[in-house]
Amino acid sequence: MRSFTYERAVAAQAAVAAAARDGAKFISGGTNLLDLMKLGIERPTHLVDISRLPLRDIEELPGGGLRIGAQAPNSDVAADIRVRTRYPVLTQALVSGASGQLRNKASTGGNLVQRTRCPYFYDTAAACNKREPGAGCAAIGGYNRTHAVLGAGSSCIATHPSDMAVALTALEAEIELLGPGASVRRVGIADFYRLPGDTPHIETVLRPAEMITSVLLPPPPPGRQLYRKVRDRASYEFALVSVAAVVSAGQGTIDSARVALGGVATVPWRAVEAEAALRGRPATTATYRAAAEAAMRDAVGQGHNDFKIELARRTLCRTLAQAAQPVRSG
Amino acid sequence: MSDSVTRAVGRSRDEGDRLTTVTLHVNHQERRLAVDPRTSLLDALREQLRLGGTKKGCDHGQCGACTVLVNGRRVNSCLTLAVMHEGDDVVTIEGLGDPGDLHPLQAAFVECDGFQCGYCTPGQIVSAVGMLGEVAAGWPSHATADVADPRIALTDEEIRERMSGNLCRCAAYPNIVAAIRGAAAGGPG
Repeated sequence: MRSFTYERAVAAQAAVAAAARDGAKFISGGTNLLDLMKLGIERPTHLVDISRLPLRDIEELPGGGLRIGAQAPNSDVAADIRVRTRYPVLTQALVSGASGQLRNKASTGGNLVQRTRCPYFYDTAAACNKREPGAGCAAIGGYNRTHAVLGAGSSCIATHPSDMAVALTALEAEIELLGPGASVRRVGIADFYRLPGDTPHIETVLRPAEMITSVLLPPPPPGRQLYRKVRDRASYEFALVSVAAVVSAGQGTIDSARVALGGVATVPWRAVEAEAALRGRPATTATYRAAAEAAMRDAVGQGHNDFKIELARRTLCRTLAQAAQPVRSG
Repeated sequence: MSDSVTRAVGRSRDEGDRLTTVTLHVNHQERRLAVDPRTSLLDALREQLRLGGTKKGCDHGQCGACTVLVNGRRVNSCLTLAVMHEGDDVVTIEGLGDPGDLHPLQAAFVECDGFQCGYCTPGQIVSAVGMLGEVAAGWPSHATADVADPRIALTDEEIRERMSGNLCRCAAYPNIVAAIRGAAAGGPG
């Protein structure tokens, strides 16, 4: 690992000021950053430890939403009774990711900005535009079974690895950011992530030294929430396909639906076409199939990952059918 | 520039060449160390404190052999820096029990033959201690049918799911599950 200097921030604004230094990076849980530093993929010269900032609480918001502090560990968020009862899709997504040990350490903010697990990104001998802009992409034409079929471009086909962010996308979470000069802004999660385009190394709209301070959950949308993850192993594995769905159905008709996909796209993917194909339609298999077709209409396989397109359709159908079941009262 | 607003604790002066001091409470003993900021908690425990029970497997958070309890929670000690743990309580396998006075989970692993080569065992046992605490606190898992239900039934499926961060290349899993099930049923784990 390259050497670096270390400081522990005790106030959020101070952390942002410290991160303005050349080569500086925030460190929180460290479960992804230290892994990448050991491999020489991340090479910060200065670490600003933000893990002890007073940003760990989960608080009620007026109107029925929740504010999740960016330093809240994934475990705490998943186990919070308000999250479990009002946003079960978020708990289900969190507990489907990583291991118990990693979830105890990984923070909410860190989960959002974790890097892809594309094996070529991890292999410093391989070409990777994300790791070294302009170097090319060894995954295109390489072994790309785990790669993206949505949102990919000619420069990068790496998937976004987070489960949590997929649930947050379906929940239309907002991300609060603190920047230099005490600037505070909120970004909807749909606007937080950037498609790779020609700059796959720029993954979010975060500005230099800007820090995630919290995630804001709006009041839960109506309907049943469900997260389904399909992967090569039963546990402790990244998604080949995942679906976060919130479906409200009454009298055999779907009133509203939110659908997001993981494991298949370069960013946590909101399937707006699927949502449009569900709204006002009868809660039937034909409707789910039509929604799944709509969601994957623009999907492009790279060879090894062609199977993900049909796998995503089937996972969507099954998840939507389950989510559209009437919510039991009482 | 930021010195005035951030505490100097743990701040190293030059480009990583200087050692930083950190105080850990390891197995209920205060230990003061001088470490390079790059030192993982795992390396600090093994190489500086000579607590070799905690094992280095993959060194990338994938195998769980390095699991320790930090402030009561199980974490991968390979994926965290020693300097980040100023003042923290760390419990390693050595802190759980002694040969003459085994922790119930240690005794259960012996009783159930929950290992073959034994390399993953300290991580398995420390992880199981943390895991049973999580169950007692009502934390849900991927194996929990209704995540809103705070009552967790410790089925074998729950044990397997919750222990998935600890790999055993000898595949002693059936006996590991039996040991944890037995210790959990036998009283405080």
